[in-house]
Amino acid sequence: MSNMLDSYKDVVGEEVIYQLWQLAGALKGARIVHVNSTYEGGGVAEILHRLVPLQQELGLNSTWEVITGEGAFYECTKRFHNALQGNRIDIPEKLLRVYETTNQQNAEILREKLEQADFVFIHDPQPALLLQSCPNRKGRWVWRCHIDVSHPYRPVWKYLRGFLEPYDASVWSLAAFVQPISNPAYIIAPSIDPISEKNIDLDPAEIESVYEKYGLDRSLPIIVQVSRFDRFKDPVGVIQAYHLVKTFTPIQLVLAGGGAADDPEGEAMLAEVRTAAGDDPNIHVLLLPPDAHRTINALQRVADIVLQKSTREGFGLTVTEAMWKGKPVIGGNTGGIRLQVINHHTGFLVNTPEGAALRIRYLLQRRKELKRMGEQARKFALENFLLTRQLREHLTLMVAMIHEPSDRIELV
Amino acid sequence: MGDAFALKDCALIAISTGKRAQNLRELRDRMQEIPEGCIYYHFWGGLLHPRFDDPEYQNDFAAWAYHGLNDIRLAERLGIISPTDFPNLEDLRREVIEVIEERLDESELVPWSKVDRQFYFVHSKTVVFDTTIRVDDPVELCRLVPHLSTSTIFYHFIDARRRTPDRVNDFSRWLLECGEEYAALARRIADVDPYFLPLTEVRAQLSTVFQRHLPERGSA
Repeated sequence: MSNMLDSYKDVVGEEVIYQLWQLAGALKGARIVHVNSTYEGGGVAEILHRLVPLQQELGLNSTWEVITGEGAFYECTKRFHNALQGNRIDIPEKLLRVYETTNQQNAEILREKLEQADFVFIHDPQPALLLQSCPNRKGRWVWRCHIDVSHPYRPVWKYLRGFLEPYDASVWSLAAFVQPISNPAYIIAPSIDPISEKNIDLDPAEIESVYEKYGLDRSLPIIVQVSRFDRFKDPVGVIQAYHLVKTFTPIQLVLAGGGAADDPEGEAMLAEVRTAAGDDPNIHVLLLPPDAHRTINALQRVADIVLQKSTREGFGLTVTEAMWKGKPVIGGNTGGIRLQVINHHTGFLVNTPEGAALRIRYLLQRRKELKRMGEQARKFALENFLLTRQLREHLTLMVAMIHEPSDRIELV
Repeated sequence: MGDAFALKDCALIAISTGKRAQNLRELRDRMQEIPEGCIYYHFWGGLLHPRFDDPEYQNDFAAWAYHGLNDIRLAERLGIISPTDFPNLEDLRREVIEVIEERLDESELVPWSKVDRQFYFVHSKTVVFDTTIRVDDPVELCRLVPHLSTSTIFYHFIDARRRTPDRVNDFSRWLLECGEEYAALARRIADVDPYFLPLTEVRAQLSTVFQRHLPERGSA
């Protein structure tokens, strides 16, 4: 067995890896091409950096291609992204033409490879038009949607849908995200990578180092929320909850988020958060660089409780990350959070700062409960939301597509 | 002694039907038209597909009645339905519809969910594959059970009831073929109720039953 799969075996167990080998055996030598629009940055690239080498180790001929374009192309696809998430953003015809032309140009480069592949996975809308430029395709084409499209801005969805329906299948993260589409809509939930810097076990010294680095008080319980400084993550509501708890129990709060330099709205939110935090020495607002994965990892691990008090959320992988570290989560009663956080089992769902404060006090007073819920949360993440599960579902999807339309496929 | 036991494994992939329900009447109507695979998925699929474990309600219909409709009575009535009590999925479908009808009859208003709490009907495809492992005697099986994947447990212990005419799990059936001396063990295994347990716990319980009956010889 190879090293990379070995690393996962130590986390998930031998039988899980053995199962991957067996499923991959049914696809041995299959030519698989993943296409997206960036090698670095963002969740899709993060997944492909792991998924593709793992598929290769399992004996599949898996490769990854990235399309390129000018500024106007990315301007258009950024608008797609925001519109699919529900923002009312109209896209000028001129930008749509750039989008179409860029896809055609990339198809000129990739056509031969794509047409020969057994499976082509097109990730998100950026390369979605490659299919129509590959008329002699011999394999199966899958459109993989990583975006929460539960309430898309209709004109933009309508434009894209025409290009997506000719795919052999589509893959969505949650059933609630699926839009009516004529091809089979498979559901593969997101996952976290247990051996990535953000989630890997850290040695105690590295975990301890954040106390000194950020001036945390070892004698006070720590409440942590990790997320962008975005109104929908409700950081100001978290500060309100902190103040409500502080009246009864001394605590400290860490709000850690990524940079917002290119995001005017994010900057305004950060300023608002800083004003709300005032000069309270026990509120730590940390603006971290995008590669501060180990720091985030350590902060989640020193937390007594992790908050994700969003008022709107897609899936909420930060919740999964906290659960993986054995922390109970107090989460906003919305989106994917409410699917992961089960009251009294893996944490609490709340609707207001008052609700969050109440649950923080409850857990800090009942340390055994806090520990039990944390253990439950860790087990839940281990069994359901690690990358190996996502890899298994990718393999199952490909086997299922070879054998469609049967609902039960018996491999001899 | 009969043939060797062929250990198989399975993997499941979920597929959206595109159908949804926002109130109880819609749930009833959709229940009448969805494919059998949907019923199977919403009762059993959560064991194999990442589902957000709700320890109080073991099937998706009951969980939605509670979380989506806030109808605790209905959730309790749906929650108690055990799919293993029904000879086939059509009978199970009829029972669910019956419970919903009863609730509609006694309700003055049709319960509704919020728009972001709708019920989404999902079905699945299952891929079954041969692990190529063959087990020649019960003691060997006893030794292997704690190390089997949860999906192997699912296939032989739960799924078997759906695909075999007498609705018996594969382990019990094979043990009976191995000889009268294993009949008691076969019965004890059949007594394990898988419906309210995660698969890891089902595996642990099966392991305990095997160990109790084959204590010396089956130690791992």
